[in-house]
Amino acid sequence: MQPVGSVLLPLGIILISLASAGLAQTSAAPQADAEASAKLFRKIAEVLRHPRCLNCHTSTDFPRQGDARQRHQQMVMRGPAGRGTPAMLCSNCHQEKNSPDGRIPGAHNWHLAPLSMAWEHLKTDKALCEALVDRSLNGDRNIAALVQHMHTDPLVLWAWTPGDRKPPHIGVQEFQALLKRWGETGGACPAQ
Amino acid sequence: MQFKLNVNETARVVDVDADTPLLWVLRDVLGMTGTKFGCGMALCGACTVHVDGQAVRSCSAPVSAVDGRRITTIEAIGRTPVGRQVQRAWVLKQVPQCGYCQSGQIMAAAALLRTNPNPSDSDIDQAMAGNVCRCGTYDRIRAAIKQAAQEIKS
Repeated sequence: MQPVGSVLLPLGIILISLASAGLAQTSAAPQADAEASAKLFRKIAEVLRHPRCLNCHTSTDFPRQGDARQRHQQMVMRGPAGRGTPAMLCSNCHQEKNSPDGRIPGAHNWHLAPLSMAWEHLKTDKALCEALVDRSLNGDRNIAALVQHMHTDPLVLWAWTPGDRKPPHIGVQEFQALLKRWGETGGACPAQ
Repeated sequence: MQFKLNVNETARVVDVDADTPLLWVLRDVLGMTGTKFGCGMALCGACTVHVDGQAVRSCSAPVSAVDGRRITTIEAIGRTPVGRQVQRAWVLKQVPQCGYCQSGQIMAAAALLRTNPNPSDSDIDQAMAGNVCRCGTYDRIRAAIKQAAQEIKS
C-alpha cells in the first residue's frame, strides 16, 4: 500500500500550480483586455465629466451648479464635512428627492464629494482614471466596490433623474454596463 | 393623506397631499403666517424654519419629509434661550426695515448660534448668505448676531 503522503504531495503540487496559473490570469490581464478596458474607461469618463457629476466633485471649497458649472448661488460653502456650514447645510434646501417642479434637486444624503475625490481639475482620462482607482483617494474602494458604488449610490443615480436638468448623454443602464465590462477587463486606465 | 406634525411642541394633524410644501401647510392650513413666502424656490430664505433644530427652507420641504419631526417656527423661536436672545438683539439693534425677510433671518441666526455660539464675521456671512434682505440690512443683522452671541455667553 502506498503511503498517504506520497499521493497527497503530487496533488498539492498540481493544486498550487493551478492556483498560480489563476493568480497570473487575474493579476495581469492580457494586453487585449487592458486595451479594451482603457477604451471602455474613455466612455465612462464622458459621464464622470458631465456637470451632474462634476458640480459636486469640485476641487474648490464650494459646489457648482448648472450646465455652465458656475459657482453655487448664495455663496454656499463646502464646510468641514462637505455638507455646508452651520445654518447653510446642503440639507437646508436639498431634500430626499427633487422638488415637484424639478427645479430644486434632491436625493438621499445630498453632499459634496470629499476633496480627495475632486475630479474637475483632472484634465486627462488617465489622470481621472488613476484618481478614481487610487484607494488612498477613493474611500478605499477596489474596482468591484467602485462599480457597486456607481450602481447603487443615490447621489450617483440622481444624475439620471435630475429634475429639469440634463442627464448625461449615456444612459444609466449603458453606463453601468460599461462599468461592469471595465471592471471585468481589469479596470485598466488609458495611457493618456 | 394625513400627517402628524409637531409644530412648536404642539401635535398637529394635517390632511394634505404628500408633496405639499411645509410652508403651505404652516400658512394656509394651520394659519401660522409668521413664516413668509419669498421666492418659492429655496433661494431667498424668507421661509426658513427649524426641523429637528436645523434650518430648513419650508417652501421646498414637502410635508411628507417632516412627518413626525419637530418643527419650530418664528412664532415659538423666542421660547428657546438662543432664540430669545436673537429676538432681543434684533430689537436692540433695530434690524428690520420693511421686515419681510426678518422671520427667516432670525431663524437662520438662531440655527447658527446654536451650532456656533461665537461666530466670526466670516462664519456669519457664510451662514446668512442664503437669506436675502431687499432693504440691505446686512450690517445690522451681523451686529445683532454678535450682540446675541455676547448675551448668550454672559
